[in-house]
Amino acid sequence: MTTDFISRRTLLAASGVVGVSALVAGTSRLIVPAEAKGLAPTRSMRGGSNNYLPGAPIVKRIGGGGFRMTGTVRRAGDGAPLAGQRIQIWAHTTEGHERDKRSHGATLTDANGVFYMDMPQIVPAFGQPHGHLAYDGGDFETVFLRPVMSSAKDTVLEAHFVLQPA
Amino acid sequence: MPTARRRARAFLIWAALAAVLLVPLVAAVASPLLQWRQPVYIAAGFAGIIAMSLLLLQPLLAGGYLPDLAGPRGRRIHRWTGGLLVAVVIVHVAGLWITSPPDVIDALSFRSPTPFSVWGVIAMWAVFAAAMLAIFRRRLRPRVWRRAHTGLALLIITGSVVHALLIEGTMETLSKAGLCLLAAAATVIVAADLGGWARRQRPRPTDPSERGQ
Repeated sequence: MTTDFISRRTLLAASGVVGVSALVAGTSRLIVPAEAKGLAPTRSMRGGSNNYLPGAPIVKRIGGGGFRMTGTVRRAGDGAPLAGQRIQIWAHTTEGHERDKRSHGATLTDANGVFYMDMPQIVPAFGQPHGHLAYDGGDFETVFLRPVMSSAKDTVLEAHFVLQPA
Repeated sequence: MPTARRRARAFLIWAALAAVLLVPLVAAVASPLLQWRQPVYIAAGFAGIIAMSLLLLQPLLAGGYLPDLAGPRGRRIHRWTGGLLVAVVIVHVAGLWITSPPDVIDALSFRSPTPFSVWGVIAMWAVFAAAMLAIFRRRLRPRVWRRAHTGLALLIITGSVVHALLIEGTMETLSKAGLCLLAAAATVIVAADLGGWARRQRPRPTDPSERGQ
């Protein structure tokens, strides 16, 4: 349950602590199993698939744009960036509700596994300013994300995928 | 107390109460979020705000704190307001359901990613339970009735206040916090007064003016 509420900031803070303790531990055997496991796959977030519409078209931008959804797609284990992966995005914005078809769009990752989507400003709905992202291609296991903006005034939102081969 | 002073006092109390109930509503009407919402979603949100306002009214009516509404009169209106509370809670949940079914299903099944949903759903069930209890009140022993109904009232106010405060929605932050604080304070004071937890049952006050004020 708690893992769903870890924000990027707390994750960074936590990894900082882990990093420091790893330095302190030096060549301690404790950290060896974690390295052997490699990058863990991203788990779907609760509520991530809400109002999902399968097969959103690949678009240059959703509506008039002005807000940027961005992130990376990597492979679990070695963390290799995955190019050409289709990420679907939807949200409650100034131009439409989550359930409106026009609020949905998809984009592909570039050679570095990075994706961008220009979309209308996300506004708070159902108590939080949040977006939805989906990976549901066949090569990797399906992941639904539901990142929350730290402020409704933000004009960028990030979400990162680490995919497990299907 | 002379009649003129009493009237002035009653007027001030009603005016203050009206302001406390109207300011959060008016502030919410001015919310920029409304322009990006459909009518049914807006109605659902305002049903929630009205429910929060009723949670301030309910303990004041039950405790006989409102001018000319002490004793049985206040409690009779308390019953009607309770029925209205059940109705607006249903409108709130139904409106949200129409707006986004999966989000409400998640909330009702305690699977929602938003922490405030749990508190709202707990408060909703407590409202229904308190209303059911009121319907079957005459079949219960007075002490059992009072403790159970007051206990549910405390659960309702706790759940509703946490629910409201954690939400980033149409309510303006300060007026929301003020309404929550007043409703919580009124509920706790009246619960202590009427809850039947006192070792010796104090005689119920019938009129504020008889309490030496």
